[in-house]
Amino acid sequence: MLRSRFNMPSHEELVKRMDAIPDHILRECPICHSTFFSLRAGTSKTCPNCGYGFRITAKRRAKITFDSFEEIDKQMTVPEQYKDEKYLAKVKKAKKVTGINESVLTGIGTLDKQQVGVGIMDPFFVMGSLGSATGEKITRMFEEATRKKLPVIMFTASGGARMQEGIHSLMQMAKVSGAVEAHSQAGLFYAVVLCDPTTGGVTASFAMQGDVILAEPHALVGFAGRRVIEQTIMQKPPKDFQSAETVMEHGFIDAIVPRKEMKQTLKQLISLHTKEQGYGR
Amino acid sequence: MADKTAYERVKAARRPDKITTAELVHGLTTSFFEQHGDRLEADDPAIIGGIGLLNDKPITVVGIQKGADTDENIARHFGSPTPEGYRKALRIMKQAEKFHRPILALVNTPGAWPDVDSEYHGQGSAVAQNIIQGMQLKVPYITIIVGEGGSGGALALSCGDRVFMFEDSIYSVLSPEGYASIMWKDSSKVKEAAEELKLTPEALLEDGIIDKIIHEYEPGDDLSNLRSFLDQEFSELAELPIDELVDRRNQRYRNF
Repeated sequence: MLRSRFNMPSHEELVKRMDAIPDHILRECPICHSTFFSLRAGTSKTCPNCGYGFRITAKRRAKITFDSFEEIDKQMTVPEQYKDEKYLAKVKKAKKVTGINESVLTGIGTLDKQQVGVGIMDPFFVMGSLGSATGEKITRMFEEATRKKLPVIMFTASGGARMQEGIHSLMQMAKVSGAVEAHSQAGLFYAVVLCDPTTGGVTASFAMQGDVILAEPHALVGFAGRRVIEQTIMQKPPKDFQSAETVMEHGFIDAIVPRKEMKQTLKQLISLHTKEQGYGR
Repeated sequence: MADKTAYERVKAARRPDKITTAELVHGLTTSFFEQHGDRLEADDPAIIGGIGLLNDKPITVVGIQKGADTDENIARHFGSPTPEGYRKALRIMKQAEKFHRPILALVNTPGAWPDVDSEYHGQGSAVAQNIIQGMQLKVPYITIIVGEGGSGGALALSCGDRVFMFEDSIYSVLSPEGYASIMWKDSSKVKEAAEELKLTPEALLEDGIIDKIIHEYEPGDDLSNLRSFLDQEFSELAELPIDELVDRRNQRYRNF
């Protein structure tokens, strides 16, 4: 038999060899379930088959989207009043993974030399949840943009309100909304990019308040999560009921833009809204 | 062109090889960004809208788009917007106001979509809001009727400062077929109906309903003359103080 010509490795040897293969060399797309070499996802970290944009840290997104980026309120973090050990341990770990001190990275970025106020939520920081300091950072960024008469680009990625901060998390939805409206009243442009996942209190506030709302392909966008719906009113939602594509059909998204084209689309939108020449006054 | 009978004009306005709203949008503007959705419940493909540059100056365009073939016509329900379509157009027009962009509306519709769901979703209310809010928009607002200008469904996007019509277009209180059926209970008398409706650009210009007849453009034509013309019209309207612009607009309709 053919097999007899070879030395069949022992079970122990096979396990050893398996261990030698580095993790994450292959990747499976959670949307289309195709498997591919991780490297093929490229710097934009997108599925080569269906265009889904994998979850990425806020820092990486700033790097691949803007010509330059200067962070503001870098040190701001969870207020001292929260002392629950489990919560603080979670936050500590999140800081290590993401390299930022709260679930949003804010600052002033540039696109084709035009300055823009920027907020990028980080899905790896306690699920991008909306803590008090998250809301404060976004509010300050909007206020700064209003003062400097700059457009704002906000990338949302969030599980919603941060349960550990209770009612104060809920209040961030109103606080940020106030700053968004003041920015809008000043005649300034606000673009939102819905990233995977954008849910709960973030969807129900600044994610849906943009002048233009873009989304990444197949991003999950919704208010109540599948489990909440299933367990509260015992209804079984359809498979893709909260995909960006479905949400767009229902009227809430202007365009779905692949991550590789995002920078170019944002440049186009910013240029359309900051032209010096125009018919208006 | 003026030697065509009214009914020949109806047929010319409906011909399938007419230049489409989308072709006009892409021929007239650069850097066009299409916007979708009414922010309430749907994205009606019968309405296209977005932001583009006309001679390098930002404008907002909303238009009614018919399909090029049967499949597309079904998707766009033959260029008859649903209430969601009118709400999509209005939200895009209100955004133009925020950013001081003038509005170009391109109309080619047999009328608002007449189905049961549209009634449940408030077709009448949607058209009504486009009229009342459209007349108060604090930016210059120009409409071109490209083909069919059918009834309230067309008026919903034609309440601005200027209304122009292509040579092969019509604008009327309802379709000639509908008129014949209501007036004479005989929808075959469509030719007589077309005459009585006075729906040709020449008749409407004489009546002061429209401001100018625009030379017909075919698919692939160079649109630079039309672009320059619109640039000039928008520039003139933009020179008026806003209150006066809105007053004049309301006076325009008060006179009928």
